[in-house]
Formats: sequence, C-alpha cells, structure tokens
Amino acid sequence: MSGAAFLGYRRPDGRVGVRNHLLVVPTVICASVVAERVAAAVAPIGTALPHTAGCGQLGPDMHTTHDTLAAYCAHPNVGAVLVIALGCEQVVAQHLADAARRAGKPVQLLAIQSEGGTVKTERRAIAIAHEMAADLARAEREPCDVSSLILSVKCGGSDYTSGLASNPALGRVADRLVELGGSAVLGEIAEIMGAEHLLAARAPEHDTARKLLRVINRVESEAMALGLDIRGTQPSPGNIRGGLTTIEEKSLGATHKGGEHTPLVDVVPYSAPITKPGLTVMDTPGLDVESVTGMVGGGAQVVVFTTGLGTPTGNPIAPVIKITGNARTAVSMADNIDLDVSGVLDNRESLEGAAARLFDEVLAVSSGKETATERLGFREFAIHRRNPTI
Amino acid sequence: MSAVEPVIVISETDNVATALDALEPGRVIHHHGAPITVVDAIPRGHKLALRRVAAGAAVIKYGNSIGVATVDIAAGAHVHTHNVSSERGRGDLSSTLLKDGRLAEPDDVRRTDG
Repeated sequence: MSGAAFLGYRRPDGRVGVRNHLLVVPTVICASVVAERVAAAVAPIGTALPHTAGCGQLGPDMHTTHDTLAAYCAHPNVGAVLVIALGCEQVVAQHLADAARRAGKPVQLLAIQSEGGTVKTERRAIAIAHEMAADLARAEREPCDVSSLILSVKCGGSDYTSGLASNPALGRVADRLVELGGSAVLGEIAEIMGAEHLLAARAPEHDTARKLLRVINRVESEAMALGLDIRGTQPSPGNIRGGLTTIEEKSLGATHKGGEHTPLVDVVPYSAPITKPGLTVMDTPGLDVESVTGMVGGGAQVVVFTTGLGTPTGNPIAPVIKITGNARTAVSMADNIDLDVSGVLDNRESLEGAAARLFDEVLAVSSGKETATERLGFREFAIHRRNPTI
Repeated sequence: MSAVEPVIVISETDNVATALDALEPGRVIHHHGAPITVVDAIPRGHKLALRRVAAGAAVIKYGNSIGVATVDIAAGAHVHTHNVSSERGRGDLSSTLLKDGRLAEPDDVRRTDG
C-alpha cells in the first residue's frame, strides 16, 4: 500500500468511484432529449449521456456505440442507472441495464413507445430519478488507496507552454501515480505521431511496442489517404499561432504528459477496459471530447487536461482538472482553469513543485472537490465513429 | 548579457530555442556564452535558430527531429511553418514514406536515434 489515499466510493465490483452519479442513458438519439430533461431534474447528481447514435450504424461503429454506453453504465463514478429507450432502435436497452446490474448498481429501464409517449415517460422517469438520487445522496465516501485510480492524461488548445510546463508536470504526476500502483491512459494517436519511438522504447513487451506502431501507422495512412497535408488539422490553426510548427513538435511536447519513465503496458481500442497498472495508450482521435469520452469509458475516474490557449471541455461522469502553463490564459480564462503552473517558465516554481501541487489537486478532486468544468456544467459527450451513417 | 535569457533551449542537441518573450530584430541573446543576433521578429512562444540550418537538414527540438528545413535558415532567424516542413501525414506529397503505395511496416521504421 502506498499510504497516499483519497476518499472515494467503493463499488460491489471492486472498483472505486470518485463521484456518485445517477446516470440517465438514452439508447438512441431519439431518446436523448428526454434523458437530458430527466437528468436535469436531479442535477448535479443526475447526469445524462445525450448522443447522436444508437441507430443507422453497421458493424464496428454499432459495437463502439454499444460498448461505450455499456462502459459508462458500469463505470465506478456511477452509483445508479436509468436507461431511457425509444423502443425500435438498434442499441439493446436491456444489454445496457445488464451492464449496470453486473457491476452491482441499481438500474431501471423505461421505453418511450411502451410508456405512452414522451410526456408520460418523463413524468415517470423523473419520479424514479428522485428516488434513486435520494438513495445515492446517503452514500458515504471511504478512504481508498491511490492504486485504485486510473488517470486520463489529455491536452487541448496546446501552445508552446504545454510542452515546456503543463505536460511535463502532468507526466511527473502520471509517473508518481504508477509508482504507487495506479494507472494512466493516454489517447490521441495522431498526437503521438513523431514521438512514438520514445513511447515504444518504454514498452517492456515487444508486442506492445508493435501494437503502438501499428495503430499510429493506421491513423497516418488514413490521414494520407485523403491526399491532404495533415497540417490542416495537426497542428491546429491555434496551435500554429501559439508557436507549434509541425505535428512532430506537437507530439514530442504532448507525449510528456504520459510520464518520463512509466512503462507502456498496453494499447487498447476505443473505450475498451484499462486493466493493467502502468501506462496504457488508447486508440482515440485527437478531437478533445471524443478522446475524453473514450478514456473515461475505459475506466478512468479522473481526467487532467492541460491547455495553453484554454478550453471548456468536461465529461458527464468524470471530473476534468484544467491546468495551464500560460500565465496570460490563467488570467484571461480564469473561470475555466483549476491550476496555474506558469511559474515553471519564469522560475517562480520548479517542475517538481508544480507536479506536487497537481498530484495533491488530483487527490482533492478525487475526494469530492469540484472542478471548474463541474461548477460550470460542462458535460460534453461524443462517441467516436469511423463509418458513414446508413 | 542579461541575467535571465528570454529563450529556453530544451535539449543539448537542439538547433532551435523557444522565445519566452517577443524578440525584436537586433536583440542579442546568448547560448552557452556565445552571442546570437536575432534577425527576424520572433513572437512569444515561437522558435529561432541557434545556428545555421541547411535546407534539407532536420530541425531539432526536445532532442528529436520536428521536421525539415525547406530553405537555408540563418542563426537568429524565425523558424516556423514558412521554412520548416513536417515529414509526417503528408498525403499531399508523393511521399517517400510510402513503399509501393503503402506506409512502411512498423519493423521497417528506422529513427535517427536508431
């Protein structure tokens, strides 16, 4: 045991949550508005997963939608689940309810077509939601070891300060968490392009290194198949104004947030369970919300998101901690920033000092401290899709 | 020589520095004690060359290549998208990364660090 602890919620399946949400899950886009209204009636305990899929998808995209929704139903930050179905969609509501039940969570299921329309469904669902939320409010936090944490490391709106201050500070937090028995997950394959050799060299298993290079090769091939320069999106126009010239430069700075020496133990598909202590790379796109959605689906309970330019991105069930190394952004976007590490760049603070403050912030937030995204209600959710809607 | 240099050099092998403040042409900075005269206006957070980088040579930051110089870059010059080209994800080029229309397999990938 590490000795470092936080106050979390122990779940029947052995996992530990840092929040205790009632999750209102629409099976399909057609039920999304009803789900949002039901969750809003019991906010902030109630939180919804409005999404644009659930029908019109074939093969891999349908599996990704289903697996992502099921992963959220079983997630340790969720204390109870209310599934809102339409009745004629592809996603099977009962399968989502089963995922929650297998994780030992109370679950209820309503279908709009069998309840007699949206008005009756909403009325009944809100009554059920009030009862479930009241039960959740009685749960108490208990001391939990940090080895039960899976930390999602993410960057967005990057500028020159990201690679120099916030990402190296976050990397030191990832290293320390893994030394204490915990896990970290890094997504955004395109933003590893140019730095993959550094990560691959940290894989104890040759097969893990090969998996990483194959995933990067696939993403680069897909980008190249469009016949365009990836610079149209990587780096983004804002990144380029901020001083980042190429994807290689962005990646070398971005990869710092995965730690300096933490072993790369696994490479997993989008939203797939993160099961090994150490650093896992998840196959997610660079788009912030899709990336965070996938890493939380994999089991991350808390997200640290570094930003140079400032971004609002949150998540429906996981707290997202925003840190910046840009002193101007810390002031101009103060409402959206939790931690300012700009002192690293003008020698007001050491990188180790910034990392120690960030580690403490991760434990405080995991114990219930509200983040800027939670205070402002940013709960974006977007499931990655590769193929056309049919 | 000012007490605190307005630039940061991350790795010993880097041939670029990052400006922590906007730099005007004519400003003199020091790297390992040697003076370098800034020749272009460098916005805050942008890069300047610590020494001449020949066209076709790698631009090095974090001790790794971040792309290739597309023209000769003088010491003290602004280094950015106008004179550096990425070697990755270049679907717009008939790329040398492609072998028979496919990207090299992972085991064929060779890096400058071996």
